[in-house]
Amino acid sequence: MVEPVLQISNLVKNFGALRATDDVTIDLRPGEIHALIGPNGAGKSTLIHQICGTLRQDSGTIYFAGQDVGALTVAERARLGLGRTFQVSSIAPEFSALRNVMLAVQAKQGSSFRFFKPVMQDKGLIDTAMAMLERVGLTARARIPAAELSHGERRQLEIAMALALQSKAFLLDEPMAGMGPEGSKSLTRFLNTLRKEAPILLVEHDMDAVFALADRISVLVYGRVIATGTVEEIRRDPTVRTAYLGDHA
Amino acid sequence: MLLTRENIVNLILALGLLAVPLAANALGQPFYITLATRVAILALAATGLNLALGVGGLVSFGHAAFFGIGGYVAGILAAHNFSGDPLLFGFSGTNQMWIIWIVAVAMAGLVGLAIGAISLRTSGVYFIMITLAFAQMVYYFAVSWPAYGGEDGLSILVRNQFPGVMTMVPLNYFLICYVILLAGIALFAVLRASRFGAALQAARQNEVRVATVGIQPYRIRLTGFVLSAMITGLAGALFADLNRFVSPSMLSWHMSGELIVLIILGGTGRLFGPLAGAALYVAFEYALGGLTERWQFFLGLILLLVVLFARGGLLGLLAGKAKHG
Amino acid sequence: MTIALALEQLLNGLQLGVMLFLMAAGLTLIFGVMGLINLAHGSLYMVGAFACATVAAWTGSFWIGLVASLIAAAAAGAIVELVVIRKLYDRDHLDQVLATFALILMFSEGTRWLFGSFPLYLDIPPLLQGAVALPGGTEYPLYRLAIIAAGALVAFGLYMLISRTRLGMRIRAGESDREMIGALGVDIRTLYTVVFALGAALAGFAGAMVGAIQSVQVGMGEPVLILAFVVIVIGGIGSIKGALLGALLVGVTDTMGRFLLPKLMLLFVPPAQAGMIGGAIASMLIYIVMAVILAVKPRGLFPPAHA
Repeated sequence: MVEPVLQISNLVKNFGALRATDDVTIDLRPGEIHALIGPNGAGKSTLIHQICGTLRQDSGTIYFAGQDVGALTVAERARLGLGRTFQVSSIAPEFSALRNVMLAVQAKQGSSFRFFKPVMQDKGLIDTAMAMLERVGLTARARIPAAELSHGERRQLEIAMALALQSKAFLLDEPMAGMGPEGSKSLTRFLNTLRKEAPILLVEHDMDAVFALADRISVLVYGRVIATGTVEEIRRDPTVRTAYLGDHA
Repeated sequence: MLLTRENIVNLILALGLLAVPLAANALGQPFYITLATRVAILALAATGLNLALGVGGLVSFGHAAFFGIGGYVAGILAAHNFSGDPLLFGFSGTNQMWIIWIVAVAMAGLVGLAIGAISLRTSGVYFIMITLAFAQMVYYFAVSWPAYGGEDGLSILVRNQFPGVMTMVPLNYFLICYVILLAGIALFAVLRASRFGAALQAARQNEVRVATVGIQPYRIRLTGFVLSAMITGLAGALFADLNRFVSPSMLSWHMSGELIVLIILGGTGRLFGPLAGAALYVAFEYALGGLTERWQFFLGLILLLVVLFARGGLLGLLAGKAKHG
Repeated sequence: MTIALALEQLLNGLQLGVMLFLMAAGLTLIFGVMGLINLAHGSLYMVGAFACATVAAWTGSFWIGLVASLIAAAAAGAIVELVVIRKLYDRDHLDQVLATFALILMFSEGTRWLFGSFPLYLDIPPLLQGAVALPGGTEYPLYRLAIIAAGALVAFGLYMLISRTRLGMRIRAGESDREMIGALGVDIRTLYTVVFALGAALAGFAGAMVGAIQSVQVGMGEPVLILAFVVIVIGGIGSIKGALLGALLVGVTDTMGRFLLPKLMLLFVPPAQAGMIGGAIASMLIYIVMAVILAVKPRGLFPPAHA
């Protein structure tokens, strides 16, 4: 058994009387796409928030890149290699796509306390950022302010930033949301190649994409993982069918 | 340097500020030289705030604290130098401007670090109010500490000295302040264009995104806040020497409000916004003040109209929307 | 230092506290319901004081003046809300600060224009003149006790309003989800005007009452405004409970601090300096307390439940 890149063990999070995360144990292995599915309100977002650090877990551990990151801030975990995209794309709207990625490159280099050299004349920074944009197909839109990018383009931009960080694991929060059929297909193709960079923990509702991409699927219902397995195992699992899949199975 | 509309406006502003006192000097009207010096100093103070507020999005309602600290450094060092009383460790003050400036910048930076470290743990309205409250703290301390004049303030009997320059000559002192202003604006431009500036601006636009790429917003902001305090502190020292007087009013929240007003009038975040705003403000004060004692009523009205309808300030009107690249 | 003296100062602290509560309650309501930071609140305090003093002088009755102050402040608040504040709800806090700062300038200079720069005088009504004997031998002004009582009554009234009436229900709903109550058909615009006018009335009432023991002049509202901000920051923005607790804390700490600190300093430094150092620390004490509280609880003692 290969050492998992990300290991969440016995994670618990309560909001008053509501047990949003109920003793969750999942892992992410090298080279895999592990999909996390579940009905609305199952606690998927809460789980993602705890993994990347916006929420603090009540108990349980999160191991990433060989260390316990449970007490680290969002920025610290990001620097260790945890890449994340958001359900509603989170970008710096006034900056161009290029400057957004340059920010990620600069962060990766750990050089944000340089005060004198202008970034727009920093060829190294610009070239590295452009390379990332090329990989996601945004070269033509590099100089457009991020606020003016389309929904799908913003997704691409976020992924370009995660690539710039040379992430060791990707946490993608509903990347297919709001994408039309064409966009979903090309993003699915892209994610298939992305898994070679680093494993992906994919939170998704779009079952076509999940079944096309996932190596493993975990099903979250009321904060609990009720099943983990391959696509076939999950499709055949009776508890999952009743709890969630319905027509799609 | 690209010949954009904004750069042309900036050049006109810079040259205009220089032209007025030169003309006034030729015409034998020293009052206008003093007025122009005031514009230059307020512009520098606002440039400092602009770094925190315009670039960083940190609405500090307490920047008067740094302005006043700079002023009091100048006043206290000069007073001790004059009287010969020792201040600290046998050091009994100085009347050399460049030493005063260094001390003013250092003190403002230290206080900025203390205030920023606590304040930046809050955000939004809390940040506005806590910066206000800290400035009040400094204000009340100055009022109740009798050794340096308390509420009556402290005089600088003879303007401090700068090697090779007769600082008492109004035009000379203007030129000193003007050069420092240009240096301050240049520093602002350099900082904004740097990696640090990029991170600071990004933190204003989207704090979550900045953390997600691995940059701690708190550290970036604190650094920006301290640098901003230092620039405003230097302006305070210059102001004290201009008026040869420093009083707690430099620390009042009206002063903090005035600094924010300068930035809004000129255009938030713009390189020459503070200068445009300072020029407008001093012009209003002088022109309106000549017409009526109630000029502040009209200032309030104009400010209200600007906030409601001309949000980009003077530079927004003249040079169009800012470009971020 | 006698018990009597300490008791007197404690009562002064309570009196300051209830006055601050009246200011802070309005401020925190306006922020909680409308998300608006209102620097012009001190001006409404001033309007109340001026209205009371003017009408009291004209009619000879403090009580009519008091009623006038409520009406004048509420009316001023309503007008300001309709003409200016409405445009600010969607703006960021910086714009709100600037616009309401502009209003301060207009109110202050406008008042100076109408009334001149000299203070007005407001006399304590005959009914409330005189003093009450305190345990320990000293006497305490009846009027100040009346202020404390009035403030407590208003606090109780506010509590009843917020928790027992339909208006209060709408206010509480508005505080937790602004967009939702609009969607539910509550007339938001009227609600906002009412809340703003209510806050204004509270401020005006405070100004009128204080006007009888301090002078009624332009700018009287500003020190109170700043303290009120400290109160709501300590108490938690949007929380009336926090405003009450914060106001009492600030009022008592400030008053007792000014009274006790110079004496405390005598333990450490010679008398000549004790007064100076004690006085300096006392004037900063409130802000130090605020900083300490915020360092531990960055959103105050009773922060709003949502983000």
